[in-house]
Amino acid sequence: MSYIIKGETGDWEVVIGLEVHAQVISKAKLFSGASADFGAAPNAQVSLVDAGMPGMLPVINAHCVAQAVRTGLGLKAKINHRSVFARKNYFYADMPQGYQISQYDQPIVGEGTIILDMPDGSTRAIGVERLHLEQDAGKLIHDRHPRESFVDLNRSGVALMEIVSKPDLRSPEEAGQYLRKLRSILRYLGTCDGNMEEGSMRCDANVSVRPVGATELRTRCEIKNVNSVRFVMQAIEHEAARHVDVWESGGKIDQETRLYDSNKNETRSMRSKEMAHDYRYFPDPDLQPLEFDDAFVAKIKADLPELPDDKKARFASEFGLSAYDAGVMVAEQANADYFEKVAKISGDAKLANNWVANNLFAVLNAKGVGVAESPISADQLAKLLVLIKDDAISGRQAKDVFEIMVATSQDPDKIVEERGMKQITDTGAIDAAIDQIMAANADKVEQYRAGKVQVMSWFVGQVMKATQGQAKPAVCQELLKKKLTP
Amino acid sequence: MSLDKATIRRVATLARIELPEAELEATAQQLSGIFNWIEQLREVNTDNVAPMSGGTDLKLPWRADAVTDGGITDKVLANAPEAQDGFFAVPKVVE
Amino acid sequence: MTSLTSLTIAEARDKLATKEFTALELTEAHLAAMERAKDLNAFIVTTPEIARDRARASDVRIQSGKAGALEGIPLGIKDLFCTEGVQTTAASHILEGFVPQYESTVSQKLRDAGSVMLGKLNLDEFAMGSSNQTSYFGPVKSPWKANNRNVTLVPGGSSGGSAAAVSGYLAMGATGTDTGGSIRQPAAFCGIVGVKPTYGRCSRWGVVAFASSLDQAGPMTRTVRDSAIMLKVMCGHDPKDSTSAPMAVPDFEAALNKGVKGLRIGIPKEYRPDGLNAEVAALWDKGMQWLKDAGATLVDISLPHTKSALPTYYIVAPAEASSNLARYDGVRYGLRVPGKSLDDMYGKTRAAGFGAEVRRRILIGTYVLSAGYYDAYYLKAQKVRALIAKDFTDAFEKCDAILTPTAPSAAFGLDDKQDDPVAMYLNDVFTVPASLAGIPGASVPAGLNSEGLPLGLQVLAKRWDEETLFSVCQVLEDAAKFPYLKVPA
Repeated sequence: MSYIIKGETGDWEVVIGLEVHAQVISKAKLFSGASADFGAAPNAQVSLVDAGMPGMLPVINAHCVAQAVRTGLGLKAKINHRSVFARKNYFYADMPQGYQISQYDQPIVGEGTIILDMPDGSTRAIGVERLHLEQDAGKLIHDRHPRESFVDLNRSGVALMEIVSKPDLRSPEEAGQYLRKLRSILRYLGTCDGNMEEGSMRCDANVSVRPVGATELRTRCEIKNVNSVRFVMQAIEHEAARHVDVWESGGKIDQETRLYDSNKNETRSMRSKEMAHDYRYFPDPDLQPLEFDDAFVAKIKADLPELPDDKKARFASEFGLSAYDAGVMVAEQANADYFEKVAKISGDAKLANNWVANNLFAVLNAKGVGVAESPISADQLAKLLVLIKDDAISGRQAKDVFEIMVATSQDPDKIVEERGMKQITDTGAIDAAIDQIMAANADKVEQYRAGKVQVMSWFVGQVMKATQGQAKPAVCQELLKKKLTP
Repeated sequence: MSLDKATIRRVATLARIELPEAELEATAQQLSGIFNWIEQLREVNTDNVAPMSGGTDLKLPWRADAVTDGGITDKVLANAPEAQDGFFAVPKVVE
Repeated sequence: MTSLTSLTIAEARDKLATKEFTALELTEAHLAAMERAKDLNAFIVTTPEIARDRARASDVRIQSGKAGALEGIPLGIKDLFCTEGVQTTAASHILEGFVPQYESTVSQKLRDAGSVMLGKLNLDEFAMGSSNQTSYFGPVKSPWKANNRNVTLVPGGSSGGSAAAVSGYLAMGATGTDTGGSIRQPAAFCGIVGVKPTYGRCSRWGVVAFASSLDQAGPMTRTVRDSAIMLKVMCGHDPKDSTSAPMAVPDFEAALNKGVKGLRIGIPKEYRPDGLNAEVAALWDKGMQWLKDAGATLVDISLPHTKSALPTYYIVAPAEASSNLARYDGVRYGLRVPGKSLDDMYGKTRAAGFGAEVRRRILIGTYVLSAGYYDAYYLKAQKVRALIAKDFTDAFEKCDAILTPTAPSAAFGLDDKQDDPVAMYLNDVFTVPASLAGIPGASVPAGLNSEGLPLGLQVLAKRWDEETLFSVCQVLEDAAKFPYLKVPA
């Protein structure tokens, strides 16, 4: 299922590497005690350090270090017990110190792997090049004044993890899967909330193309700050097509930074980044190397949750789910937890998967809410499944009960009892109904006995109707067969 | 070691220090003089020497993750050449 | 009351305690002296009202028996230390009018100990200079005069205002900062004591940064004892500075009486290059004799990479400075020169705001960090720096302290032509190696040259061993019987 761009001169493939900036979940900023929360009044969450006042100095937040290590472990990556903070020097109005404290040639986390779950059930391993800690910049607001931009430094100094993939991605779909999987892992770990719309997870995409079969990389362009998975995929698709057009028309791709415009679905060169960059990285003399021992890492490792890949494997082996179903179910930890609870209480994982993946998710999607806001608790859904398994209600009744549960959040037992929806297992009541129907429809009885066995389903329908759906269709059919056969 | 005008122009741009064209030559000469003197370092054998990047060999201290600062918008903006509605203001930036 | 200004901090401390005079009287005497000596241009800003308020508060605390270690002692604060509510400029146009909303850790500690701030002392712009001629607020004049020619002398730099104020009896002590010699060299030029402690002893929080891996605050006083008293207050662990040492502060004053009996004093041969000024060399020999007479053993040592220290320093310090000074961009504080665009504003602001020497060092620093040059210059310098530090580590295997001259010459004239920056940089040839190694060093006034100008001797010690430093300095001071300036009538 490779992604091929059919050009006029031949087939092209796309080579993609992603740089994700993930905001670390922490109370305070990376190097200052100001709050890292969103949404405060302008410059309200700014310390003198964040504002780059003269003589201000950074002191590192221990929790942010732990979060980076935790993420590294979650990416099955090499943890570097010694890393170095470097200054990345450049001028911009959102950069109060005139440099960003980042990590350069000695990051806290080295190479790791992210496993992509493809829709056909196959998997693909994508290399992670590195993860490093750095500070976020402030924010510029352009639309409040005709001739001025306004600077809000609330974001300045918030801890970010920059997670860089290897150029292993070969299609917009894979890029999308990578982002979803990374986000899933970060959320499982509790190191980043993965909210792309709010900007707590941002993505830069490095895109280049080459003729199928070629091994050397061509010039890449960096598409900056795309704020949703869908837009990342669209931007890559568009950018790759643009590259093919340029190469095929005899042109040349310039290495540059481009901005994706989701309204026009196009990328364009960023003027503000046009000046050649020379970041002049050097070790920050205000901060000694960041060092920790095995015990520090071991403690974090012992505290890791079961991660999506492991959970997926377990769901397949323990509950018999298909790779694809398991992959869907573990993508969000809350879904996985919900499913697992339903499966365990009901004792029927396949039934649980059907009801959660099909019925429940359809309802939640329609409502636009997550499983945390589900009108039906896992306990309640499990009870419903138990009723089905015990033949206490029919499948049709179960659907009705489910609808009522969605509307009222009531327990299924209560609904069934209040509405007298018990399935009739007493054959006497069914016998009586059959006798009545056969008596009133002698012609249909004749037809059946004459060999037109298709009328059986009509009889079943009539019996169901007469018992208000409480009869079990299989039982009806069996009894009908007995009575209709002379 | 001699620095040319183009190099000085590039470095001054990186450093965001406006340097009039007329001063480029003199600056280039002066800096070339300094670098000629600095060049003597090349004679020092530094094979297998680990660089010393900071002033101390103390361990980097870590602080607890607690909100202990912020809420001082007035102090942050107190010296601003231009501030409005709680923001710093700068000439319009085109992105 | 003039005679009050001639007291040492130790003497004043005792006399205030016995209430021979009040802190306010002591402060008034210094404010009057400052007024009379305005032409020295030692202060960028004077803060007489703050001084009087604090002196009055000191008197109350003395009365109630709650005197701090520096209660009522009038001090000058180098204008590199941010002082809450008082303009802090680093002697640069780019920070003119900047009023910090915070107090540096060091000046806060001095304040907490009861000292009285007289004002903010002039310096070389961003502490970049060795003569205090690069200040935007004009050069400082040394209170010293040559006995054979009528020229105005530089006080040295960058803590030139501090040195002039203390030697001229305008302040009992002053804070300095030393990046490559900025405490020790002006102390030598002005005939006072200056101590650069071990890197990490004094917090850098709230001190305008020049070169972060080198900058250290320290005291400048007229006596060794006064420096010991002041340093004890100034240093100590600060959790706001990651490079600040979490170590107990020794009682430096107690070390003053230890003497040097049995100490091994290293004499580095590399500090006696061909053409060393004969009077400087002679004074150095004298210093050796004094220490020997006091029971020390002299040891010949070698610091083989001494010659490389200055060029190394002129890569490391400008590189760090180019980055540290990037924050002066006209956005959040200080000077802003309007421009058509953000970049235009940056370029104009920084061109107008920084003086020639600062601009020069920013360009040097930017260049040595730039792509293609980093390895050849910055990385190379870091490696040589490691070798220089190792020189000292090796030397201290053989000795407990090192004695050298502080500067290659006495103070020069304010109008002496200094067109060649490298010639100016050579002033710090003896002080820079210790800065690169991060070890403590002090300059003690040890004698006068034939023109009647002060010369200093430098003592260096191991990291964190300021106590030995003070022991040696005290012996030198006792032996030198330095002819201090007379208190101006």
